[in-house]
Amino acid sequence: MRARVLIRPKAGILDPQGQAVERALPALGFSGVSAVHVGRLVELDVDDATQLPAMCERLLANPLIEDYEIIENA
Amino acid sequence: MKFGVIRFPGTCDDVDAQLAAQRVAKAELLWYRDRDLKDVDAVVVPGGFSYGDYLRAGAIARFAPVMESVIEFAQEGGLVLGICNGFQILCECGLLPGALLVNDHLKFVFRQVTLDVVDRNTPFTRNCPPTLSIPVKHTTGRYFSPEPVQVVLRYAAGENPNGSQDDIAGVVNNAGNVFGLMPHPEHAVDPLTGSVDGLSIFESIEAAVAERMWVA
Repeated sequence: MRARVLIRPKAGILDPQGQAVERALPALGFSGVSAVHVGRLVELDVDDATQLPAMCERLLANPLIEDYEIIENA
Repeated sequence: MKFGVIRFPGTCDDVDAQLAAQRVAKAELLWYRDRDLKDVDAVVVPGGFSYGDYLRAGAIARFAPVMESVIEFAQEGGLVLGICNGFQILCECGLLPGALLVNDHLKFVFRQVTLDVVDRNTPFTRNCPPTLSIPVKHTTGRYFSPEPVQVVLRYAAGENPNGSQDDIAGVVNNAGNVFGLMPHPEHAVDPLTGSVDGLSIFESIEAAVAERMWVA
């Protein structure tokens, strides 16, 4: 099964990458942009999708600083 | 007494750490694929870019075979020192609380910093003066912990180079035998490079082991 894991910085933790992108967009003439956050995308084929949460907890994300979202049958 | 310095693929400060440790004791390199810690009395997880910092700094190195032995060694009370990438690895594997995030200014920072030694009752800082002048060089050094931690080193007022929470530069675990810091004591052991303050951390470990208070 093809799966997709979205990893985001946890709410409340300073996200300087998101801030930098948010500042860069108006400089290019794009207005009305706010609350930008930058995370990671992991795509993978897995035989057993029930293992995905454990994969996220142990390796793909650091639960202390990141939230993850698993999208099955991506 | 003998230090063991781990070498992962992508480590680059292993030899400096070994040379620094050799100023106070014996020191040899430990290969990341080996589980044998060669009867060392203290382990140094040095700086660099283990596994290319892929995914997150330290995220993959924590699963290297040698780390299984390091975790066991630490759980038995052995002294473990993590420097920069080593600090990141020790946080990722859970030997230390918290995590290291990308610097608040997003830039690589390389400069000499002044550190306040706020806890000199650890086996890593017992021989340290009240302040240390040691270089930092990192992009991912912003310490964060949602829980209270045992702080050992803080960046002096106005010198926080990365946005670390409460100016934290180094922490120990609750048992006091695992220490991680972002600055590089191994790069401050020779007058040629401006400071020998880093040596006091290696001397502290040597003294603690000599008293056999902290031997695994």
